[in-house]
Amino acid sequence: MSTQQPVVAPTEGDTVWTEQISFIDRVPRSLSMLFVFAVFVILWQLATVSGLVSPIILPTPGETLQDLIFVGHNLITGGYMLPALWITIKEVIYGFALAIAIGFSLGVLVGETGFGERAIMPYLVAIDTMPKVAFAPLFIAWLGFGIASKVALAAFIATFPIVVGTAAGLHAADENARMLFKTMGASRLQTLVKMKLPHALPQIFTGLKIGAVGVMAGAITGEFLGGGKGFGELIRVAASQLDTPRVFSLILYLSLLGLALFVLVSFAQRRIVFWRKERVLADHE
Amino acid sequence: MTGSVALEMRPPLTGRPVYELAHVGKTYARNQVTALQDVSLVLNKGSFSAVIGSSGCGKSTLLKIMAGLIPPSTGRVVLQGEPVIGARRDIGMMFQQATLFPWRTALENVVLPIEIRDGRAAAMAARERARELFEVVGLKGFEDVYPGELSGGMAQRTSICRMLITEPAVLLLDEPFSALDELSRDFMNMELQRICTERDATAFLVTHSIPEAVILSDVVYVMKPRPGRIAEAVTIDLPRPRTLDMITTPKFGGLVDRIRGLLDREAFL
Repeated sequence: MSTQQPVVAPTEGDTVWTEQISFIDRVPRSLSMLFVFAVFVILWQLATVSGLVSPIILPTPGETLQDLIFVGHNLITGGYMLPALWITIKEVIYGFALAIAIGFSLGVLVGETGFGERAIMPYLVAIDTMPKVAFAPLFIAWLGFGIASKVALAAFIATFPIVVGTAAGLHAADENARMLFKTMGASRLQTLVKMKLPHALPQIFTGLKIGAVGVMAGAITGEFLGGGKGFGELIRVAASQLDTPRVFSLILYLSLLGLALFVLVSFAQRRIVFWRKERVLADHE
Repeated sequence: MTGSVALEMRPPLTGRPVYELAHVGKTYARNQVTALQDVSLVLNKGSFSAVIGSSGCGKSTLLKIMAGLIPPSTGRVVLQGEPVIGARRDIGMMFQQATLFPWRTALENVVLPIEIRDGRAAAMAARERARELFEVVGLKGFEDVYPGELSGGMAQRTSICRMLITEPAVLLLDEPFSALDELSRDFMNMELQRICTERDATAFLVTHSIPEAVILSDVVYVMKPRPGRIAEAVTIDLPRPRTLDMITTPKFGGLVDRIRGLLDREAFL
């Protein structure tokens, strides 16, 4: 405490004005999150125990936890679910890799060339507005019931945000940076590689994060519609048998896979776009 | 005094002509707007010139032509005896924003023009020279810092180094310190004078600030809009080196008043 005397001693009746810190700002983030989770589980428990919702439609939290442990055990000990998960992981990885390759190339074509911007972009926008899962039956018809049709659908969905992120990012550099590169006599390739692409990286990563979410949706939708031996098929079978605890726990493990992919992209972003500090689980922008 | 008479005045200092513009005009084909009409000026070796005028008077068009970024419609643009027909390594340029790239250290930003023109190996070899420049601008010790950690003034010092690394024959300065606060700006202007004097640099400054133009320049070109043209070349015969104290002298005030009077007449119509 400071021992400095106030110039004007406070007299009786003076209003002491102190800064108010709202309650939520004083509570750690993890505690707030835990609170929401607890409320959710309690409401869930109440809904099932009270008989408000049939146990066939909604299992209790306890049942779900039990099944979660069962599925986890099955996966860790190399049970029949592990190959299914592995198939889905492969679909997601191949799909994402394909989406990155195509999305980045198209994005550069659209963002860097006048031809791409005028002649190709309108088609991309048109396709992007379509409900892309509607193409799933086509991919299955073309590529069969194996992994290929799922990879194609996953890539198809994830490509567009990467195209948009790359193309928009290439326009992110300001006029001065462009002028500077011109005065230095930089070639088009030098300007692209040394100036425009690094400037575009934050937006490219935004596209990659949206794409990472889309690639999961694409792979699972493909499995729902096109069968195969993936995790989506396990979910479909469990749902058809009204084994709702199993459906819940499978979805949870699947979301862990999605989360892992998202976090992986975020970590890559923090390493590569080191001059911008972003939190790993912050929102997209 | 009419404009044409003013243009025939001999530019101050008797150094050899470095940069010559003769009857330069620019009409944009797109909208048939005459941005620049019959601009003639000579920058002598070691001289400091400024161009001042309201927005839309063709300053930036003039600067872009001088930087080799856009071609003039008419007239001759000659730097060191060679017509300017594109970007040149003997032209150094600096902008209002430092325009440093955040993924490169200050030193890597400074050697960028060398890397672009001569490749990575040459850029590595230029690092020693870059370090000397950091010392010249008073930034020693900040070579390996990323731009995100530099203040506005430090960032502009870094961009001065980047401009100087190719040892250009002429420095084109586009309102270089106008984004800084006024105290830093005065200080940086004095630093700029010191650096230009030490290197006997030929500099051409575009500015909105009359006092800034007067304190730095040997000659101030006053431009008027529609069409953009040089109305008068005002010789600034204040002794060198200039100091900030001069701002309060009657002579300085007289020059500022004179330039303001030239601008007032029609510049803001």
